[in-house]
Amino acid sequence: MSTSNGNGGVTVKKYTAKDFQSDQDVRWCPGCGDYSILAQVQRILPELDTPKEKHVFISGIGCSSRFPYYMDAYGVHGIHGRAPAMASGVKTANPDLTVWVASGDGDALSIGGNHIIHSLRRNIGLKILMFNNRIYGLTKGQYSPTSELGKKTKSTPFGTIDYPFNPVQLALGAEGTFVARCLDRDPKHLQQVLLRAAKHKGTAFIEIYQNCNVFNDGAFLLLTEKDTKPDNVLYLEHGKPLVFGKENDKGIRLNGFTPEVVSLKDGKFSINDLVVYDEKSFDMAVLLATFSDRAGFPTPIGVFFAVERKAYEDMMTAQIQEVTKKRGTGDLDQLLKSGNTWVVSAN
Amino acid sequence: MSKTIETLDDVVIRFAGDSGDGMQLTGMQFTNTTAMVGNDLSTLPDYPAEIRAPAGTLFGVSSFQLHFSSWDILTPGDHPDVLVAMNPAALKVHLKDLKKGGVIIANIDSFDDKNLNLAGYQASPLTDNSLGNYQVIEVPITKLTLNALQGSGLSQKEMVRCKNFFALGLMYWMYSRPLETTEEWIKEKFGKEPQIAEANDKALKAGYYYGESTEAFAARFEVKPAQLKPGLYRNITGNEATALGVVAAAHKAGIPLYYASYPITPASEILHNLSAYKNFNVKTYQAEDEIAAAGAAVGASYAGNLAVTGTSGPGAALKSETISLAVMLELPLVIVDVQRGGPSTGLPTKTEQSDLLFVTYGRHGEAPAPVIAAATPADCFQMAYEAARIAIKYMTPVYLLTDGYLGNGSEPWLVTDAKDLPPIPVHFRTDPENFHPYSRNENNVRPWALPGTPGLEHRIGGLEKANITGNVSYDPDNHDFMVHLRAEKVKGIEKDIPLQEVYGEQSGDLLVVSWGGTFGAVRSTVERMRKNGYKISHAHLRYLNPFPRNLGDVLKNFKTIFVPEINLGQLSKLLRTEFLIPVVQYNKVRGLPIRSAELEQAIKDALGGVK
Repeated sequence: MSTSNGNGGVTVKKYTAKDFQSDQDVRWCPGCGDYSILAQVQRILPELDTPKEKHVFISGIGCSSRFPYYMDAYGVHGIHGRAPAMASGVKTANPDLTVWVASGDGDALSIGGNHIIHSLRRNIGLKILMFNNRIYGLTKGQYSPTSELGKKTKSTPFGTIDYPFNPVQLALGAEGTFVARCLDRDPKHLQQVLLRAAKHKGTAFIEIYQNCNVFNDGAFLLLTEKDTKPDNVLYLEHGKPLVFGKENDKGIRLNGFTPEVVSLKDGKFSINDLVVYDEKSFDMAVLLATFSDRAGFPTPIGVFFAVERKAYEDMMTAQIQEVTKKRGTGDLDQLLKSGNTWVVSAN
Repeated sequence: MSKTIETLDDVVIRFAGDSGDGMQLTGMQFTNTTAMVGNDLSTLPDYPAEIRAPAGTLFGVSSFQLHFSSWDILTPGDHPDVLVAMNPAALKVHLKDLKKGGVIIANIDSFDDKNLNLAGYQASPLTDNSLGNYQVIEVPITKLTLNALQGSGLSQKEMVRCKNFFALGLMYWMYSRPLETTEEWIKEKFGKEPQIAEANDKALKAGYYYGESTEAFAARFEVKPAQLKPGLYRNITGNEATALGVVAAAHKAGIPLYYASYPITPASEILHNLSAYKNFNVKTYQAEDEIAAAGAAVGASYAGNLAVTGTSGPGAALKSETISLAVMLELPLVIVDVQRGGPSTGLPTKTEQSDLLFVTYGRHGEAPAPVIAAATPADCFQMAYEAARIAIKYMTPVYLLTDGYLGNGSEPWLVTDAKDLPPIPVHFRTDPENFHPYSRNENNVRPWALPGTPGLEHRIGGLEKANITGNVSYDPDNHDFMVHLRAEKVKGIEKDIPLQEVYGEQSGDLLVVSWGGTFGAVRSTVERMRKNGYKISHAHLRYLNPFPRNLGDVLKNFKTIFVPEINLGQLSKLLRTEFLIPVVQYNKVRGLPIRSAELEQAIKDALGGVK
């Protein structure tokens, strides 16, 4: 909703989080990490200068995909895995809309893997929130493509033999231009990253570690609990050295191409020896993405990679404008009567 | 030297050669010229699924058949009068179709041991008297082309590639066609390669003058212009017509056209055509797969575009789940299925009518969707337009069935004037007062409410909708109500489509009922038989779900209902189910149009010897 500011311009109404809450009862399990994600999205939307009718939430299937029902905006709860495809249609048909995708590890990376990678490659302006709880929740507890190898689940009583994806690596490999990871239990940080994603031109991909307290409770406990978090989480900040630890006493340095965790306490290394994070460096992003799979390394949280590349929908518009400029606005009658034509006259 | 000119009513020519010989191009050029001369015409391109199959092999043969006449014709013809065979394999593959006494123009330069061997000939058919029933004209096409192009500066290989233009020039002479249309085309096509342009032009003329000067041709022929309905014509393929039909519909509806597709034979030309129409408010999106194409189309429809996705059988199968979603969301969407031979990859470049039951029923749940079908290449324009009209008016996915024969085949199209196209009103909901996403108008149609409209924020999705509010509902009675409502909405479209017409008497012994691309073959057969005294009639269906509301009554008036199809009886099944009547089937599934002569025999059999 907007009101005139009396100067001929238009000011966007100031919303509150409540303006984005729909009248539907939220039906996730009590204690689910999804509640926090929903709340953070509702909190940051008022900070954007976007009227609420311009927000569209598209989802697939899964617990996370109920998200659109709870947002007082436009939304489509689609079919399994295809949210990025449908969202791509919405965004390219009307680039003026802010299009969000709510998806999970099964929806985005298993059944919808193809659409995720191609959205990232095209750099269509979608804000993809990938809730990763490393389990299939809605179908009651089978392993997902991010479940750790050997995990015992309903469909793998003797442990999985399926090697998991690293979603950040996948997004980087798929030419993503904004790739981040967040925690459901760090709402302030999640808000910051969501805001940046919302303002990013092109596809923004956020992997959100989300606790499924029914089927995979505590999957990210090390990263979210007060006593273990500092030694296990590395917050990425552009232009800042990679420091972590309870007393900011650890850091990451490069020994040639090999990253090392070093102590800042034993006098061998100082903060000046550490890697200064550059979110525009693809090399750094790829290297940091491997940390979550390396024993003894902290899990990076934050924006891994953020660069500008032309968004698909802008190129689409530009191409149409260019052709129209060159050929003029198409005249239907002329088009129908084009090609090799001949006239049959009445006798 | 002038030769006598004999006038013919109609001629069927088939150009056949290696996939790399340019037979499709040659056929299209002959078609365009013939259209400009004012003949009626109908074409049948037939090519292998392989892009460049090994030269000289039987499976690498590509052909283009063209039927042209001085009267109104409906089919590309069963049996060619003339076969242009660029090599032994082409002769071997196509000889069986040639009319007895027909003309074979053989490029003798390619009848060497190697090519004869590849074609499976023990001895040259040109010398072993096996072609005694035909008039064989041996022409050293390759050699004459090379002679004509001496000094052109081209390599031997490049010169040899011009031989199709020699053959084309020769046929132009034989059938008294002007060279200008092709000359202009060459100029335009090879504008950046003047050497190649000049060589092709020379080869074309050399072929023409060869006809004039050689003793091999005793006579030449002419086919007078057809008495078509007055007006402006252009030659058009079904895929071109489909593309123009949806552009016209979007234009008339005043909304952008959004075409999302994944390349697939034989539907890709629709994507090619539309991608060139960017200045007509057309967006094309080549998706990562068939499912994504359907998904993007649904998204674009949600955002207020006329969304169309085109494909063929395998792709239609992949899109099925998304079309079910579109049924639940009640959003307009046109799905074009250019049918080809199945199952599986089947015969990608051949025609078939075997997706009728699939598009009618091939969705999970009770998911009704209208199905319409084009009858001729040019009819694709009108039916594409109609598919869009129904989709928008009834907020529903609509299937348009065409097929490989219609898509690639061509005929003269009496061009529709843009101003004569019926209006396609679009009402986007803007008023927030009393807005409910699943409220209905008198046609049971819900409002189209676009994201971006202030005050109409709402959520839709694949879960069952509560009537009126559109909220998620698991209520058993609501589900029952909605399942019935969706079915009634689609059934109700019968009020909005033309009544079924019957060609011939409105009652009698036998009614031939056909649908889709068999129109030409069936109508011309019925016409001929009626001239010969058979009391039969013909009803060709363009609306298959729902059927025209008078169809039951039409069928009741005939003793025998005879249904020819290029499948195992899919329309037959639908007619039996819907009207509880017996139906006589005629099914030939050869990947090719139905042959008129065979159909005639089958109808006679069904009549049991009664005229």
